[in-house]
Amino acid sequence: MTMSPTTHAELAEIAARYPQARSGLLPMLHLVQSSEGRITPEGIEACAELLGISAAEVSGVATFYTMYKRKPVGDYHVGVCTNTLCAVMGGDAIFERLKDHLEIGNDETTPDDGTGRTITLEHLECNAACDYAPVMMVNWEFMDNMTPTSATQLVDDLRSGVEVTSTRGPRICTWREAERVLAGFPDDRADEGPSAGPASLVGVELARENRWTAPPTEADGGAGRTATTKTGAAEQADTSRAESEAKADESAVDTKGSTGDDANNTDGDTKPGTKPDTKGEK
Amino acid sequence: MTDVLTPVLTANWGFDRSWTLASYESVGGYRALTKALEMDPAAVIEEVKDSGLRGRGGAGFPTGMKWGFIPQDNPNPKYLVVNADESEPGTCKDVPLMMASPHTLVEGVIISSYAIRANRAFIYVRGEVLHVVRRLQRAVQEAYLAGHLGKNIHGSGYDLDLVVHAGAGAYICGEETALLDSLEGRRGQPRLRPPFPAVAGLYASPTVINNVESIASVPSILANGHAWFASMGTEKSKGFGIFSLSGHVTRPGQYEAPLGITLRELIDLAGGIREGHELKFWTPGGSSTPMLTAEHLDVPLDFEGVGAAGSMLGTRALQIFDETTCVVRAALRWTEFYKHESCGKCTPCREGTWWLVQVLAALEKGQGSEADLDLLLDQCDNIMGRSFCALADGAVSPITSSIKYFREEYLAHLTSGGCPFDPAASTVFATAGANA
Repeated sequence: MTMSPTTHAELAEIAARYPQARSGLLPMLHLVQSSEGRITPEGIEACAELLGISAAEVSGVATFYTMYKRKPVGDYHVGVCTNTLCAVMGGDAIFERLKDHLEIGNDETTPDDGTGRTITLEHLECNAACDYAPVMMVNWEFMDNMTPTSATQLVDDLRSGVEVTSTRGPRICTWREAERVLAGFPDDRADEGPSAGPASLVGVELARENRWTAPPTEADGGAGRTATTKTGAAEQADTSRAESEAKADESAVDTKGSTGDDANNTDGDTKPGTKPDTKGEK
Repeated sequence: MTDVLTPVLTANWGFDRSWTLASYESVGGYRALTKALEMDPAAVIEEVKDSGLRGRGGAGFPTGMKWGFIPQDNPNPKYLVVNADESEPGTCKDVPLMMASPHTLVEGVIISSYAIRANRAFIYVRGEVLHVVRRLQRAVQEAYLAGHLGKNIHGSGYDLDLVVHAGAGAYICGEETALLDSLEGRRGQPRLRPPFPAVAGLYASPTVINNVESIASVPSILANGHAWFASMGTEKSKGFGIFSLSGHVTRPGQYEAPLGITLRELIDLAGGIREGHELKFWTPGGSSTPMLTAEHLDVPLDFEGVGAAGSMLGTRALQIFDETTCVVRAALRWTEFYKHESCGKCTPCREGTWWLVQVLAALEKGQGSEADLDLLLDQCDNIMGRSFCALADGAVSPITSSIKYFREEYLAHLTSGGCPFDPAASTVFATAGANA
């Protein structure tokens, strides 16, 4: 098998993004994986030739990073976080259940039954989503708050061709498509999924309920740069619950009147920096 | 008196399509950039210096001072590199920030690059968070189209190019000099310092490397002034920060508060320890910061307070464990992580973490003797401070701190011939039992 001229051209395109071409090597290796399904000797040679370094130097880099695979990876790379927090919260149990269910071990791939939907299973280190523990990743998309049951359902869905969506992201693409995005060639899924998952928003929602804000600033009558109206915020919010709560807040403010800073506030909205002091009432 | 929570960076996370330029500009986004471009770059640095902002990636080095170290008479190009390789176990603040509001970071990058007079900037984001990479790519594309990036930004004559660069899975690349080697297309291994990156960083040129949250804090400082920022927090730890609660609390998640809040307050906000259980141990700032216990609930979570309690503020990654958790299992798992992630450059770290796993794994199975605890501490002593970077120092933290507070629990493994804990009891689906 030979790499396509398109792939060669795209490898050169990656290298050209940087002041020094070698900086492109990591994304170039992602592209090799996207094109070839793994890091191949031919892919290593192609990178070496383009960058004017030895194949050994490229190999040295390819073997250093865990995302680069020398063996073919399945259509779906399924990762289970077993770093301490996720392990304690259930990641160990999930990983054991999946090994049993898929009848494979760590870093192994299910046999191809002709459907083209194979799974590679791997345990992961911390993937920066600890507030959603136990966490799994499918082709590096978040699958939050998993259990052994939801994990087996997930892999069954992947194998049977059911469309799977990340719990706070887009529809899952294949591993090779994911690697292409990591190489710096975006797909069209950036606008899919929510702004944030529920755990990411607990603090900001608690602040809204309690009318807690950053201090007012002199420059803008107290709004602060990130501030916006409570009603506007709630109407844009993902959950209807937040909306009803903030609207209740707003009406409570209306009955109490506003502070003098509101003189410039012609649209009548309550800005966080101009909130009445409710703390004294508690 | 500031409020209990002070959402600034997190304020827009719940808004509809908050990741888009339109949403970000509707809440005042990119106005700080306009303001900054009207200032002298040196004045921007002064503003950040005066705010007291300290690095949010763990070490707490004053951000403005770091920028001031860039030698402006050096003929080489200057570079800004954002460390978005969030991988420290327990740390989960930068990923949701970049997912929900990538433009906050992009605006911060432009202002910061302008301040240090860099015309090239990079966001080095870990590769294992695909949707974050997508949102960053889209934000950068939108910023170019809107004239916030590229040539002659806002008509100021200032040029900046920004590349989103995905890593490939290596914890060590969160260490700033290893990150630079990785960004140069090499194995991610730390460099000897000095020279510091400010003098010889990327391509041996003057380079500033800052954490995502540090850079994302810059637009609010420019917009609202250094005094506004410094009115939050404590005397030497100014401003707000995102506190990430995970583990055995009722409502894990992100809580943005002034530095100096206590774990007692945060656990209260999070609805308490999960029902029917009590706090056993916690990390203040990721697994590399020595663990603390219930006796430290009232420690102010700022750089000085946590330091005085014998640990480090780190990344405010508060991993909470209740009494169902075996501390030996926790320490062993973290140690296996450091062994896996040691880059292999320095012998004390490469060999030492391997030996730590051997001894700990035996202890966890109830094998060995009490003398092995002293052996472990002796190994830690031979690893700590003897490598190029802080990975090895972090590796010994879980062991030394857990032996300090839970020596009896280690011994219980020996007397009971194995781990006395039921791992099922600590899971989130413990009550569901076999149906989970």
